[in-house]
Amino acid sequence: MKRQIKVTINGVGYSHEVEPRLLLVHYIREVVGLTGTHIGCDTSQCGACTIMLNGMAVKCCTMLAVQADGAEILTIEGLAKDGQLHPIQEGFWEKHGLQCGYCTPGMILAAYQMLQRSPNPSEAEIRHNLDGNLCRCTGYHNIVKSIQYAAQKMAGR
Amino acid sequence: MTTATRLFGSAIKRREDPRFITGRGTYVDDVKLPGMTYAVFVRSPHAHARIKSVNTAKTKSAPGVVAVFTGQDVQTGPLPCGWLLPGIKVPPRPVLAQGKVRYVGEPVAIVIAESVYAAKDAGELVDVQYEPLPAVTDGQKAHSKSASQLFDDVPENQSFDWNIGDKAKTDEAFKSAAKVVKQRLVNQRLIPNAIEPRACLASYMPATGDLTLWVTSQNPHLHRLLMAAFVLGMPEHKMRVIAPDVGGGFGSKIFVYNEEVAVSWASKALGRPVKWTAERRESFLADAHGRDHITEAEMAFDQGGKIVGLRVSTHANLGAYLSTFAPLVPSYLYGTLLSGVYTIPTIFCRVWGVLTNTAPVDALRGAGRPEATYLIERLVDLGARALSMDPAELRKKNFIPADKFPYQTPVAFVYDSGNYGPALDKALEMVGYRKMREEQEKARKSGQCLGIGISTYIEACGPAPSAVAGSLGAQAGLWESACVRVHPTGMVTVFTGSHSHGQGHETTFAQLVADDLGIPMEQVEIVHGDTGAIPFGMGTYGSRSAAVGGSAIYVSLQKIKEKGRKIAAHLLEAAEGDIVFEGGKFSVKGSPDRAKAWGEVVLMAYLAHNLPQGMEPGLEVTSFYDPVNFTFPFGAHIAVVEVDPETGNVKILRYVAVDDVGKVINPMIVDGMVHGGIAHGVGQALWEWGVYDDNGQLLTATLMDYALPKADQLPMYETARTVTPSPVNPIGVKGAGETGTIASTAAMANAVMDALAPLGVTHIDMPLTPSRIWQAVKAAGKK
Repeated sequence: MKRQIKVTINGVGYSHEVEPRLLLVHYIREVVGLTGTHIGCDTSQCGACTIMLNGMAVKCCTMLAVQADGAEILTIEGLAKDGQLHPIQEGFWEKHGLQCGYCTPGMILAAYQMLQRSPNPSEAEIRHNLDGNLCRCTGYHNIVKSIQYAAQKMAGR
Repeated sequence: MTTATRLFGSAIKRREDPRFITGRGTYVDDVKLPGMTYAVFVRSPHAHARIKSVNTAKTKSAPGVVAVFTGQDVQTGPLPCGWLLPGIKVPPRPVLAQGKVRYVGEPVAIVIAESVYAAKDAGELVDVQYEPLPAVTDGQKAHSKSASQLFDDVPENQSFDWNIGDKAKTDEAFKSAAKVVKQRLVNQRLIPNAIEPRACLASYMPATGDLTLWVTSQNPHLHRLLMAAFVLGMPEHKMRVIAPDVGGGFGSKIFVYNEEVAVSWASKALGRPVKWTAERRESFLADAHGRDHITEAEMAFDQGGKIVGLRVSTHANLGAYLSTFAPLVPSYLYGTLLSGVYTIPTIFCRVWGVLTNTAPVDALRGAGRPEATYLIERLVDLGARALSMDPAELRKKNFIPADKFPYQTPVAFVYDSGNYGPALDKALEMVGYRKMREEQEKARKSGQCLGIGISTYIEACGPAPSAVAGSLGAQAGLWESACVRVHPTGMVTVFTGSHSHGQGHETTFAQLVADDLGIPMEQVEIVHGDTGAIPFGMGTYGSRSAAVGGSAIYVSLQKIKEKGRKIAAHLLEAAEGDIVFEGGKFSVKGSPDRAKAWGEVVLMAYLAHNLPQGMEPGLEVTSFYDPVNFTFPFGAHIAVVEVDPETGNVKILRYVAVDDVGKVINPMIVDGMVHGGIAHGVGQALWEWGVYDDNGQLLTATLMDYALPKADQLPMYETARTVTPSPVNPIGVKGAGETGTIASTAAMANAVMDALAPLGVTHIDMPLTPSRIWQAVKAAGKK
């Protein structure tokens, strides 16, 4: 019993018939074919699958595609505009906020929401807000620096 | 050079990052092929059981199912063990269980379907009847006749009994020692948890007989060699292994696993591509785990605090089968490191490798070296307390003096170079040691538990040379290859046998090449991770990429330049010996105007219109570089913590790391690896713990139960370096990927024990969780 869903991802409209049990992350990766959103744990702990959905950072490995019907989604592929990196992407590059790159899309989108809510976060706030995103490579040091860089840049400093 | 600053040594932003920060990396699970099928594995729910029957009838008729295979079908060679010790027993490790299962999560059947959802549904329908047997999970308890036996021909579950050092001399040293400290140490089981789960995609072409395997591998050529020659029995040249972007390895992606073999076999059987991607729970159950030692350790001191001997016996839990490099880790990567950075006249270490009903154990970031470092550094701290000496002073008293290198330890290694005092002094200065001790005194008076923990460590990187490794049991060489191809336009492609899964080789190796040739980095491309492109390679582990892989590139570059000089000499009508190559230009010594640019010489190599007589056209060199020795990075880490005795919570106040990794190609990248390594080691000290119950069920099989370090638990790390170039390779580098992990576990444990010292706590086994600390504090209070 497939169901029709419509979503907008990175400004592009998609419409597909999907099984009700299809996970949103599988829809994005397998059906739409945007593989920048990663799966790390299947259980919402690692945050590699973080996307923006209707303005909220969500872990799409524990959400069904049918629940996203009508939603506006932003994935890592949609963050740079006209070939111009978003300041958070730039921060991760400048401050060496990634090594293997696997957690990075989720980290960047978690930071995206963080900076929307709190444009000038303290180090402690940044660390607290990254509680739902795991990185095994960086020890978080340079991820914190990357987000600090982005915050400054976005504030025009 | 066109710029004043050398590329070698510069903090250059990574070239691989643009694809990762825009979501355009290509990891194995991102690869899709036409006609692709999906595999799931049916795994044993029992730690130890006889398989009475496997019924797949219902599965086969389930919707979307393409095939189901069991151990009866998949008749391949067993998974090989790549390091053999004298007298070792290597019981066969089948790809899918044969007759018996020996750990929870062991693959029993593979179900292949048109979608992963269909495969999962169908997997539920496989009916396996088991006859459960008693399980044993503890490495020490398993080492007995009365314990449940995993294999009929491995009595007492003992795979090997290995030792190193001089027993008689060591026993003698202990008899005459002024002070002996003794401690039982449990180095707990860890589960690697790279954030990218393991994955593989096999595609067999019936028309040509070629098999291509995309796999999350740190060493694609080793994967191909072991799988082709020992397991699948297919011609090596008909198999291509591609390890594209790989999301972290930490050792866990070195090994040849059941799943990639089963998927390759199935693709051949079906003539269709087959993909498998692990779920996190499968990563917990079926990735090779790390550590798991139970050790009795004793250190003997003379009256003045000089170490006079070290005696160690260890039960190393190997899990149910021997993983690819399992025997190496608790032997030659452990016993040989037990001299640490100290002059220890005599050492004896005995290790029993024991099989248990748990997931196989193999190399995990540091691999043997963190176990050795934790042991030595804990004993030195216990010694300092027993001798009422400052732990920094006791360390300095026992450091191998700087003028004693190369230094022969009593446990086989010859250290290449070292200067341990300055690294510790620098760390002490950074942390403000004297002042910190005063603060600690004050804090103690007000009932606060402040602790300062020091770890002065040594690491051994880039196991070598191959002949020695072979004599010690390696079933492979430990060199590295590099093919440098200079294209007619002067662009350079380097094909390296090293593999980057976060290390940033595309940047650092390009820096090395551009620096040496005096050309812009943009003209250099680094290719790794594909057996179809690269001559051969041993891959990346043991922090060997810069020291061995980088040196291989360097050696090829020298040969490229040598040929270039010959061509330039011919074109300039000068003697070859008079040609100097600098800043991308070949010129005649003393007359810089008589010169040929890099591009001109390269083009001539390909035009071949005017080459020295007898010279072959083209400009490409492949080198196989076999180092003469390991390299030995070292350093000093200091952790400052506050422990709340009421809750047992540990707060990290400062973390100072001074590392000496020899020359540094890119300091930004080295710092990053040190940070990550520290976090990994802190994770072991405080939180991470792979726990099996007595029935062999893994109690920590999700990220809810297994605590990985998080951002809000860790501090900013204060890092610095001393630089003692390695004399064993031409670029003077040592290795940086594991130092942080090796050092930090001991620094953290020592800091917590130092914090708890006034309460009478001398030792707590890791992880130092709040409940363990709280219990230890209560127990000490009752004494």
